[in-house]
Amino acid sequence: MSDFFTEAVIIATVAGAIRLSVPLLLAALGETFGQRSGVLNLGVDGIMLLGAFAGYYTVLKTGNVWYGLLAGLALGIVMGVISAVIAVSLRAEQGIAGIGVFLFGLGMSDLLFQRLVGTPVPITKFPKLDIPFLSDLPEPFEWVSGMFFNHSVVVYLAFLAVPLATFIINRTTFGMNIRAVGQNPGAADSLGVSVTAVRYATVTIGGTMAGIAGAALAIDLGIFQQNLTNAMGFVAIALVYFGAWRPIGVMLGALLFGFVNSLVLQLKTVGVVPQDWSDIAAMAPAVITILALVFVASRFRPPAALTKPFTRGT
Amino acid sequence: MTSAGANLRSRSKYLAYLVPLAAVFVALLIAAIMLVVLDASPAEGFQAMFEGAFGSGDALIATILKATPLLFVGVGITIAFRANVINIGGEGQMVLGGLFATMAALLLGDLPAVIMLPAVIIAGMLGGAIWGAIPGFLKAYYRVSEILSTIMLNIVAVQLMNYLLRGPLLDPAEIERGTRIPQTERLPETADLPLILNSDRFHIGPLLAVLAAIAAYILLWRTPLGYRLRAVGQNVDASRYAGIPVKRTIVIAMMLSGAMCGLAGAVLVFGSESHRMVTDGSTAGFTGSAGFNGIVAALFGALHPLWTIPASFLFGGLLVGGNALQRAVQVPSALILAINGIVVVLVVSTDRYKKLLQNRATEAETAAALAKQEQIEQAIIPDEPPQPPDAATRPDDFGDPDYLQDDP
Repeated sequence: MSDFFTEAVIIATVAGAIRLSVPLLLAALGETFGQRSGVLNLGVDGIMLLGAFAGYYTVLKTGNVWYGLLAGLALGIVMGVISAVIAVSLRAEQGIAGIGVFLFGLGMSDLLFQRLVGTPVPITKFPKLDIPFLSDLPEPFEWVSGMFFNHSVVVYLAFLAVPLATFIINRTTFGMNIRAVGQNPGAADSLGVSVTAVRYATVTIGGTMAGIAGAALAIDLGIFQQNLTNAMGFVAIALVYFGAWRPIGVMLGALLFGFVNSLVLQLKTVGVVPQDWSDIAAMAPAVITILALVFVASRFRPPAALTKPFTRGT
Repeated sequence: MTSAGANLRSRSKYLAYLVPLAAVFVALLIAAIMLVVLDASPAEGFQAMFEGAFGSGDALIATILKATPLLFVGVGITIAFRANVINIGGEGQMVLGGLFATMAALLLGDLPAVIMLPAVIIAGMLGGAIWGAIPGFLKAYYRVSEILSTIMLNIVAVQLMNYLLRGPLLDPAEIERGTRIPQTERLPETADLPLILNSDRFHIGPLLAVLAAIAAYILLWRTPLGYRLRAVGQNVDASRYAGIPVKRTIVIAMMLSGAMCGLAGAVLVFGSESHRMVTDGSTAGFTGSAGFNGIVAALFGALHPLWTIPASFLFGGLLVGGNALQRAVQVPSALILAINGIVVVLVVSTDRYKKLLQNRATEAETAAALAKQEQIEQAIIPDEPPQPPDAATRPDDFGDPDYLQDDP
């Protein structure tokens, strides 16, 4: 056990934590917008799976990872708008409708993969972004480069999205409308804010981010398979609660998850622990989430209108 | 006027029943379009599906066996949803049910079937009930969203299953051979679900599922507990004022829901052809996604345990037919999962319209009844117009809201 924590392993674990948290972070940030406006989009995992396949297939055909990311984005927009129609216009019960979207994405992505690709062919992954100086720090600080400056541009963009999301939600008119609609849609409506328009926008943002997250996941792994996300989309939704509906909190949650996953992965790769240990360890993220949900529920209130469809005059 | 009202009433009622059927029709239409896009013949595909699901005795047996876990889960989901608890942890509760039942069978060893069978079934229900009680408890007492906690518990359950089947419960023969396929040994034969109808695979599982559905119906509509469950589902505040222990009721709803899902898991283990519990590392490998597909059946059965019986049969057929579809036109059976997703979305999206139609039917019914009463009154009361009450006898504070509010 003592020779497990070598410098190389620690660097790989931290770098892995950052890398693995990216799809969760992207999806959860998008979901934050929806939930702040009062819509719980439970279909994130399905949208991620579809985005992952779109990204994977595009890269497979074009060889260009950025086209892949764009494909995930485009698919995310489409699914986001569909989710908005379901939740906002048709006022469906959000907790159940999302399961429908999830099942659709799970089945559809698998169907398309089996039909169009068949056997898993590896694709090009994201290139590492070489930042001058920072990516190649001299001797006593080379671990800093290894942990933090050895990633693809997607990783940096994902983390830059955190302050951006905070700014939008807290400092812009749009963000104020989002919060108003999520807390008291009736009052917002009476002041001339269109609840429908705001919620369409936020749910579409959520879908788009989920699509990008899925594509980023597939291109990061360089592979697609049935149920690639393995409930990551649901974890992302839980992270929004975990982060108490604030982008910074969501980021910390995503990093914690990334870290635990990375640690489990390292334990497996280095092989210092038997298989059954890592099965137990793999429960940790879900158990931590449940405990965090208990903690958050006792301290923070969700947006008052969360999961409640809006009808004028009620 | 009466006949127009009756007309509207029957039409609205009729339409309300038609809404979920229309949802399936639209979903199948989308499936046909997908088949065309995927370069397969929809006619050929649908024919293969229908024959594969309902075309022969063997096909019907396969469909009924496939429908069995859907029915258990569907009934469980119905109980929870009726109490307004959204249980999407059916997958995990099935796994726990399977694990508990398996462990019970291994522990009890060679007891006679009369004791063994009830014991393993109760163990399965217990496993599911525990896994359901946790999110129920967290929702009732800590306001944790059951949607999220049940999903997280699904993840925990699959890891627990992998751990147990790769370690403590692993078949000793697998260790000896060094193959280490994660599965238990052949479970005691007395725990096998008895076969019926001279078939080599048709076991009593489907009968148990139908009994469970009937029991759930009786529970929900014929017992005080069921009344409390539904009251809490309709209006938490009113229930609390009426003295119903809301928190405890929520926990009980989740326990019962979990127990049904656990039963599904137990039946999967003891009704399986290998009579072992096996894992391929994923939840769906054990449950066949019944924990999710059961939700589809429950919604399609309008959250009524008895209607869930034909609904499960239909969706069981869809799943079995999906495999036939794959063989006939080489379109992966994952299509069925996607279709199920569309059905869920359509059913919940049109729910509001269905309720609208039902309300209209009720209104029309009321209007018709009033009209009838008016006719009767006119027939017995003479033409004399009703006299307005004397102004002096009217209470002064009639319009005062306090006057109304004082009345408890």
